[in-house]
Amino acid sequence: MIQIEQANQEAMLCSGHAACPGCIDALSARHVLTAMGPNTMAVIPPSCMAIIAGPQPYSSLKIPVYQPTLESSAAAATGLRRALDAKGKHDTQVIVLAGDGGTYDIGFQCLSSAAERNEDFIYFCLDNEGYMNTGAQKSSSTPHFARTGSTPAGKTSRKKNLTEIMAAHRVPYVATASAGHLPDLLRKVEKAKTMQGTRIITLLIPCMDGWGVADDAGLMTARYAVESGAFPLYEIEDGHRYTLNHTSKTRPVADYLALQRRYRNMASVDIETLQAEIDEGWATLQERVATSERKHHA
Amino acid sequence: MSANQKAMLLTGNQAVAWGARLARPRVVPVYPITPQTPVLEQLTEFQAAGTFDAEIITPESEHSVMSACIPASLVGLRVFTATASQGLLLMHELLHYASGARTPIVMANVNRTVASPWAFWPDQTDSLSQRDTGWIQYYVESAQEALDTVIQAYRVAEQVLLPAMVNLDAFYVSHSLEPVLVPEQQLVDSYLPAFDPPHKLDTDQVEAWGNVATQDMYYRHRQSLAEAMERVPSLAAQADHEWAQLTQRSHGVIERYRCDGAKTVIVTMGSMCGTARDAVDALREAGQAIGLVKVRLFRPLPTAGLREALSGVDEVIVLDRNYSPGHGGVLHQELRAALYGSAVTPRIHGLLAGVGGVNVSPAKIVEFVNQVARSEAQSDSQWVR
Repeated sequence: MIQIEQANQEAMLCSGHAACPGCIDALSARHVLTAMGPNTMAVIPPSCMAIIAGPQPYSSLKIPVYQPTLESSAAAATGLRRALDAKGKHDTQVIVLAGDGGTYDIGFQCLSSAAERNEDFIYFCLDNEGYMNTGAQKSSSTPHFARTGSTPAGKTSRKKNLTEIMAAHRVPYVATASAGHLPDLLRKVEKAKTMQGTRIITLLIPCMDGWGVADDAGLMTARYAVESGAFPLYEIEDGHRYTLNHTSKTRPVADYLALQRRYRNMASVDIETLQAEIDEGWATLQERVATSERKHHA
Repeated sequence: MSANQKAMLLTGNQAVAWGARLARPRVVPVYPITPQTPVLEQLTEFQAAGTFDAEIITPESEHSVMSACIPASLVGLRVFTATASQGLLLMHELLHYASGARTPIVMANVNRTVASPWAFWPDQTDSLSQRDTGWIQYYVESAQEALDTVIQAYRVAEQVLLPAMVNLDAFYVSHSLEPVLVPEQQLVDSYLPAFDPPHKLDTDQVEAWGNVATQDMYYRHRQSLAEAMERVPSLAAQADHEWAQLTQRSHGVIERYRCDGAKTVIVTMGSMCGTARDAVDALREAGQAIGLVKVRLFRPLPTAGLREALSGVDEVIVLDRNYSPGHGGVLHQELRAALYGSAVTPRIHGLLAGVGGVNVSPAKIVEFVNQVARSEAQSDSQWVR
């Protein structure tokens, strides 16, 4: 497995890219790309990552990049993968680096289709919980009560559970990960690399601008998301084998909310509602993990 | 029949599939839609029988089909697909994307009415409404021409790095059985050089496609696309000529049928050409100086060839099996634009004939010709049936 120091030295993402100061998207992508190595091609739809990838004639990535339309990443990755297979380049990995809008919303149809066919690529959803590249509007990944440009009074519905939906396609590997827990993230990328078929890893990406987080608070916010249970770290293999990677929930969600301006002036009753939703989600996940462990260790 | 071709009884759709098979594409994303579905089924049957070595991808929509075609072509492989009507319209955004990425994908489109309401009849509005997407467009009138054109389209598309669409009318061409001469693989291999584009997605020589461009870069990119388009008519003529040397079959970029000394010329595209040939024969028999100009290459429109073909003609009758609301028959208006400002000034009558798949018989075309002889040319296309 690559070490964190190695990721800094053998960066596949060049310095001088266009990310905002403190951006967790760029930090996460840098580690993912180093773990993937040079024999990789990336599909990057319109998103913050497409801006980070650089304007022509520059490219921040040291690997071939194809930028498709917003809604077609998984279909484009399919075409790329099959063309490489037809050329006999089976060892070249195809990855997608897409945002949550391009994944949960407009790109979801073709992602579901590719997963059903079990197309051979790793899909990284860089989930900053909204359309941050257009100035922070809500996506179906935006959590309940979060204020965005299109939900100025707070979002009235809950975040879509992409991980469970993708696991229901019975693909070999679905996981959540976070730059706040970097060794776990790198392990998951390495693990996904050894597998074949559709592998989907969702990375929570706290967004300085869109979430209203201090420039130096991105990693702390990412860690609080995991510690509060708002973004549990877990893996689902073949649609049913669950592994919980961060097993304790040690922090009230209020701690996590307090770091972010998108939850400003939230009524205490709403905080209680959100806490109850997170508690319920955490309990459901625990049950699934326990059921999975009973079945597979029996 | 020459020794290197085999006669088979094929529908237009089967002929398209044979053309694709002989061109040896390596990636074929495809989605079924009436009346294109037999193309898909024939290709998957070829593959199952071991006679077609391509990655066939069957995504959930035509949108994903074209999304997969583009990067596969950018890897440096020959790509084929086929669609019709709503499928083509669903691809619209990606049609622009493909020409922008300079990917010489070849796609057969079976011309079918556009909804709503739902209908399944021959009508060319689907592909004509995509005329600004940067695709080369051919219109064919027979199964034989469909096979030949798929192969010729690769020859042209790969020289200019532009995608090409081969359009065949629903049912009249797509589902009609005709004897077709199918060339041997060796003949097609000698005609189509291996596809090896100058830029590729390749881990050994790292390049990217799609990154944001400046105004100046975008401007120059569109200019280079225009330069490529300008080369198409002469390259298409050359591709047809070289195909004729191998197969003894030529279809032209435009075709002039019995145009010698013609004072009246019918201009149309696709399956209507076959009907118009019969009408021309009947009228010539009756002593009228009439001919047919078939537009086989519609995009780019071979303006110089059309001006030459229509020079000295008094009356031009355009038969449009399509309708652009607020504009009229697309070929009618394109032809008016092509001749405007030139020394060639026939009266141009635009007739909306066969829109929605309404039957147009040879006798009906004779009737149209006789009516037009007694009327002034209108700037607007006229509804006739």
